[in-house]
Amino acid sequence: MEPGAPLRRPTAPLLALRGIFKRFGAVQALADVDLEVRAGQVVALVGDNGAGKSTLIKVIAGVDPADEGVVEWDGHPVQVTRPHEAQNLGIATVYQDLALCDNLDVVGNLFLGREIHRFGVLDEVEMERLTLDLLDTLAIRLPDVRLPVASLSGGQRQTVAISRSLLGAPRLVLLDEPTAALGIEQTAQVLDLVEQLRERGLGVLLISHNMGDVKAVADWIAVLRLGRNNGFFDVTTTSHEQIISSITGATDNAVTRRASHGWEA
Amino acid sequence: MSRTWMPRKQPRTGARGAGAGAVTDADRRQLASGGGAGGQNPLEILKRRFHSGELGSVPVVLGLLVVWIIFESLNDNFLSPRNLSNLSVDIVGPGMISIGVVFVLLLGEIDLSVGSVSGLAAAVFAVLSVNHGMPEAPALLLAVLGGTLIGAVQGFFLAKVGVPAFVVTLAGLLGWNGLMLYLLGASGTVNLDENGLVAGLTSHYFTNVAAAYGLAALGTAAFLLASYRDVRRRRAAGVPARPMSEIVLRTAVLAVISLAAAWVLNQFLGLPLALLIFLVMLVGLDQVLHRTPYGRMIFALGGSVEAARRTGLHVSLVRISVFMISGTMAAIGGLFLASRVTSASQTSGSGNLLMDAIAAAVIGGTSLFGGRGRTWSALLGVLVIQSIASGVALMGIQTAVQFMITGGVLLIAVVIDSLSRRAQRAHGRV
Repeated sequence: MEPGAPLRRPTAPLLALRGIFKRFGAVQALADVDLEVRAGQVVALVGDNGAGKSTLIKVIAGVDPADEGVVEWDGHPVQVTRPHEAQNLGIATVYQDLALCDNLDVVGNLFLGREIHRFGVLDEVEMERLTLDLLDTLAIRLPDVRLPVASLSGGQRQTVAISRSLLGAPRLVLLDEPTAALGIEQTAQVLDLVEQLRERGLGVLLISHNMGDVKAVADWIAVLRLGRNNGFFDVTTTSHEQIISSITGATDNAVTRRASHGWEA
Repeated sequence: MSRTWMPRKQPRTGARGAGAGAVTDADRRQLASGGGAGGQNPLEILKRRFHSGELGSVPVVLGLLVVWIIFESLNDNFLSPRNLSNLSVDIVGPGMISIGVVFVLLLGEIDLSVGSVSGLAAAVFAVLSVNHGMPEAPALLLAVLGGTLIGAVQGFFLAKVGVPAFVVTLAGLLGWNGLMLYLLGASGTVNLDENGLVAGLTSHYFTNVAAAYGLAALGTAAFLLASYRDVRRRRAAGVPARPMSEIVLRTAVLAVISLAAAWVLNQFLGLPLALLIFLVMLVGLDQVLHRTPYGRMIFALGGSVEAARRTGLHVSLVRISVFMISGTMAAIGGLFLASRVTSASQTSGSGNLLMDAIAAAVIGGTSLFGGRGRTWSALLGVLVIQSIASGVALMGIQTAVQFMITGGVLLIAVVIDSLSRRAQRAHGRV
């Protein structure tokens, strides 16, 4: 872990959500939710099923905008009501289902929808070069960038999806359960990649159910419970039990209150 | 694209950073070895492709060889220049239609109307030029554009209204056939001008031997030049490139096949105009599929509609345009078929033309499930089907046998497609 980075607080956070409300019919999915992500920081968003994690991601990604509340980018309030507005700000989202075309190769998937072409002819050489450069800098090993992604393993597909999100030069990456359904080795690959993103100075918001992953890679843990903030913890000083109890609401005790108080100060 | 994510100049700390910095050229080559670009043993590449379900055109070429060997052993007129030359003209009509079918299959859709559209185009041309005295060139253009328009209408119902392609084009199969019968009227058959433009499409031959040899040499040279330029660009960019030996080998194979074909054609009447047009269309549309952003969209849609949609692709526009291509190619194919018999009749575009066109695409290696295929599969598949038809006709066997053989070949092709898909899936879910 880099102890210095997350404690640096003079500048405005990359992304700040203040008082976010979201209602689906009779269900209050999000109520007065606050969240901050700083550059070079990995924030894990955890919570039980139905806690509002995916709803919050969709608010940030512009897929399903909030009913109320302020989204601040670099300290300035912004409107994010459509996916491409979020992308233009520099927010990249990797959804759980990855959205890769199995029949296209790695290069084709990476550049899908933003192909490089000269006079209308695809510049495969240039795209392949940029792909190899990107994979190099992320220290990703793939058997062959010209193989259809259908023949890659789950972890490799996940790394392809994450690398694709990086091609648009984002400053914040949202990862929706990137390690779900992955084996131990593959999970390690993806976590390595998340650390790479932090080293590059990107902000990362990571949804995960796996406490082991969260403890391994996150700097801060934001807990949602029933659509509300239920604590913001520093990973290095918080115990596993504290986080679990905050997620499940088993104990609404002094420890959790103290931790969330420290964050709001 | 300008906003490419580039590494920032940041000191890399920790073991992982050092690892990233230590990626050498050797690592990089390993990173992307094998597949289309690697310098590995070709046998190993073939083996890996076999296991991962990437067979390409290997099965159909083998199948074609088997068909030719069997028929040649049964009747030694089969591989005669005359029969092969006729075969090369016979394949053009169904082949053109089949190219359009390849585009539709790439989306994972189906177009059942291509047979009727081809017949309708022939009827439109015949009625306009013969009955109404319109000059052949504009009549031909109108007939082809009619096919485009039909494709647009069917594509609209599919993409905007949401009717399944199977139903839309089944309606088209009946409706356009009805329209053709209505246009042809009571007489039923319209004979074309024997010396006209359309008749010339399949009756004109470049009798000068230089034409066929020149085309073969030109094609081979263009292939060699394009491959060589690709390797040079790849080396300059530091991207893995095919070894020169592989390019020389591929060029040699192409040279042998094309020169042999040219020699055979020159033994009879020379290079058929129809074959030339067919090859130009094949190469042109193959380039569209594999070298343009539009072609990439078609493959993306065939792979995953949702993934394509999320990248901001206009799904319905691409779908409509693909059905327009299919309709256009069906109309062009119909004109070549009419040219072959110099008439448009009530049987134009009927029979098993539709099934042959779809079967040709599938036999040639285009997947029924979308996302995999090449225009070349139309050529290879239609060669197999027409070879069987021609061989059966030469031997004077009933068409019943031809249907059974073609059916069997189609079944084999689809089984190979399904098995290779399964292999791919098994390979993917490690």
